[in-house]
Amino acid sequence: MALSKAEVEQIAHLARLQLSDADIDDVTNRVSDILKLIDQMQSVDTDDVEPLAHPHDAVQRLRADEVTETNNRDALQELAPESQDGLYLVPKVIE
Amino acid sequence: MIEKTVAELSAALAAGDISSQELTQAYLDRIAQFNDELNAYITVCADSALAQAKAADAARADGNSSALLGIPMAHKDIFCTDGVLTTCASKILNNFVAPYNATVVERFNAAGAVMLGKTNMDEFAMGSSNETSHYGPVKNPWDTERVPGGSSGGSAAAVAADLCAMATGTDTGGSIRQPASFCGITGFKPTYGRISRWGMIAFASSLDQAGPLCKSAEDAALMMNAMAGLDEKDSTSIDMEVPDFTATLGDSLQGLRIGVPRQHFAEGLSADVEEAIQASLKEYEKLGATLVDIDLPNNHLSVSAYYVVAPAEASANLSRFDGVRYGYRCENPVDLEDMYKRSRSEGFGDEVKRRIMVGTYALSAGFYDAYYRKAQKIRRLIKNDFNNAFKEVDVIAGPTSPHTAFKLGAKSDPVAMYLEDIYTIAVNLAGLPGMSIPTGIVNGLPVGMHLVGQDFAEAKLLNVAHQFQLATDWHRRKAPLTSKEA
Repeated sequence: MALSKAEVEQIAHLARLQLSDADIDDVTNRVSDILKLIDQMQSVDTDDVEPLAHPHDAVQRLRADEVTETNNRDALQELAPESQDGLYLVPKVIE
Repeated sequence: MIEKTVAELSAALAAGDISSQELTQAYLDRIAQFNDELNAYITVCADSALAQAKAADAARADGNSSALLGIPMAHKDIFCTDGVLTTCASKILNNFVAPYNATVVERFNAAGAVMLGKTNMDEFAMGSSNETSHYGPVKNPWDTERVPGGSSGGSAAAVAADLCAMATGTDTGGSIRQPASFCGITGFKPTYGRISRWGMIAFASSLDQAGPLCKSAEDAALMMNAMAGLDEKDSTSIDMEVPDFTATLGDSLQGLRIGVPRQHFAEGLSADVEEAIQASLKEYEKLGATLVDIDLPNNHLSVSAYYVVAPAEASANLSRFDGVRYGYRCENPVDLEDMYKRSRSEGFGDEVKRRIMVGTYALSAGFYDAYYRKAQKIRRLIKNDFNNAFKEVDVIAGPTSPHTAFKLGAKSDPVAMYLEDIYTIAVNLAGLPGMSIPTGIVNGLPVGMHLVGQDFAEAKLLNVAHQFQLATDWHRRKAPLTSKEA
């Protein structure tokens, strides 16, 4: 199916992506082409088919709720664009 | 020496014909000579590689004789490597020095392998030509105007050009098998869950699987021995006994039933590739196998279902790249939303953004049943097709790709690129093990044969490939880049 520009802008917002005016036509066309490819699967009746969520129909293994990780906060926060006193810094969200 | 298989190098190291330090230096020299042209590596770790080689030589002197001890290898840049840049070929991770090792990396370290560096790939493993990398495309060693395939294109090119003895890759829709086919090497995708995904940057979590890229099925078995097995850190890793994958390589193929899916020899397959595959099937008959015509009636739906499942899971997985905890952050964000949007839009490439958009749409309110759930139902039909086929046959064989390696820039339309994986994608949706082995050369370019096995029957698949490689020498053919040297 073909998407409208407004729909594409809304999807981009949901995905927290910014589209420039120069890109939007191209993205709209490309994504619409991909959805057309996807729509091939609508040609098959699957009413009585059980969805396959996991290739082996397995469920995830559970473990005991115990602390197994060591505290690597300082090493991990060295990777952050901005951090201070053990906190991640982001632009101000509350005026 | 650098052109040899891992099994041969392992014997040479054990016999004292060469040291790991000498071997590692030989690969580093080769990388220095050819990497500018091929762009197979994003990062080369010369100093740490030589230190690891020295340690391997010392361990051998102490009596350690592990098969991979001192073997120089490369890791796809999707695996986290402690203290080493790990980019996933994306601008959004171009400053990310991983703080830990992926389990796969740990296992090769424990086996004493030497890490030469990190290989180029399609950004976040999204591509079939290695052209979506932020670090530029990889060139095919057989013809540097052509793509190496993708997404594990750097690993495939590095193995084919002898820039390493073996390499890791990942396969979500064909990303080990298709580049192995295009570069004339052996690529192996194990059963889903067989190898830990921990520390492997996630693309589509219900499809992703790590595996070997190497010069023979025997080498793939040696690598599998190191890689496979339960990992408590990955809740999708399977708790199942791991065999010695080399133990059954020598089994006879007398009485083997090979399924030949008629859907894989239909419209779209180039005539010369088909000829090469048919010749290899005849070779299998000589080895005692029987060919059985089989039907995979829902194969044609695999690409469409995949392009729901994979982007949907990717859109969720890639939401972690937000410019807060690691990776790229845009300059001077005015507020939080601006920071998210610009960091992601500037950090991700076009193909990654397209897939995030498709996945976000498929998962958005009101569309779940029509897309993700529908795709999961198609996934069941595809798995059922394989289950039915495996009632009659032991393995399935066909082409890995509809044609040989194409020219750089030849496929600018995303949908055309997606259809490249028409023979490989269904295997990921079903979770089965699959591989590609060299099976011919057409107009100077390698052809790959695709072999698919039953769940957890990797040892059988490797046996089937190994017997073919004992009887033929396609896997010994070298890219002209290599023979120029010889």
